[in-house]
Amino acid sequence: MTDNLSLAWALAWIRSAQATLEEHRMELIDLDRAIGDGDHGENMSRGFKAVVAKLDDSIPDVQGVLKVVASTLMSTVGGAAGPLYGTAFMRAAKAADGDLDSEKVVAMIAAALEGIVARGKATTGEKTMVDAWTPALEAATAAKDSGASPAAVLRAAADAAAAGAEATIPMQATKGRASYLGERSIGHKDPGSTSTAYLLDEAAKAAGA
Amino acid sequence: MSTVGLVIVSHSAKLADGVVELASQMARDVQLRAAGGTDDGRIGTSFDKVSAAIAELREAGLDVAILTDLGSATMTVDSVLEFLDEDETAHVKFSDGPLVEGAVSAAVTAQVGGDLDAVVAAGRARELFA
Repeated sequence: MTDNLSLAWALAWIRSAQATLEEHRMELIDLDRAIGDGDHGENMSRGFKAVVAKLDDSIPDVQGVLKVVASTLMSTVGGAAGPLYGTAFMRAAKAADGDLDSEKVVAMIAAALEGIVARGKATTGEKTMVDAWTPALEAATAAKDSGASPAAVLRAAADAAAAGAEATIPMQATKGRASYLGERSIGHKDPGSTSTAYLLDEAAKAAGA
Repeated sequence: MSTVGLVIVSHSAKLADGVVELASQMARDVQLRAAGGTDDGRIGTSFDKVSAAIAELREAGLDVAILTDLGSATMTVDSVLEFLDEDETAHVKFSDGPLVEGAVSAAVTAQVGGDLDAVVAAGRARELFA
């Protein structure tokens, strides 16, 4: 099937994700300053710059791209995003064997979420990136079940992640360093769920959706 | 003779070094390694620094207990442990306790000959807060 997602998609995704994270660096820093240690924008920016520098012709497939992302984020991002996104991309890589049809796109998102939950031990409603990934998986699954293309599955996931990120604003953080703020964490958007929404949006855009 | 070494993981290189300095005072024969800050000297933790510290102690023939300062340091350590070879996992363990008291308690336990499980248990040091 021609609309399956291939190596070219994965490369385009990660390159444009880097550009978007660069563009939103200050926004992510400000979000994280409000309720965290303020390093999320800088960490994501550094991490993805290092990733893009490692993308070359020797990478054979989608899985290979995701593995490079995983290991590079793991070793270059100093904050919580390193092990969380690193684990997410590592698990996603395992699910992304060959080119991706809609089924595999859903499996990839499911694996990423599973990795984040295993690593961060968070659940929904705690004002973390789980609040973006969980609705993303639900929307992706529903889209796949209704026969959507891989690109449309990613679009559904990205839109749900963006809504999920917005929905973290009224939440009180109960995981991570934001939880030390107690009620004062209410009224701010969670930086990790925001960067998740950007990443998935670029995945969909790179697929043409 | 101590058979267990300690890796102290902190977001701050200074804090990791300081904890090593402090814990060494009562444990002169115990190998302690600081893995603090990112590779480029910022606040944060480094997968590679933690891995290198573990490898150094393992090459010296020691079992390894790891202590951390905050949740994301713990996630970095969990990631490192997940990537260890399977036959290494019995020799490298995370001790989930308060960093300063835990490190001192674990180091002293290693100094008096405690094995890995005893050192890890000492690092948890819950009774210090009872």
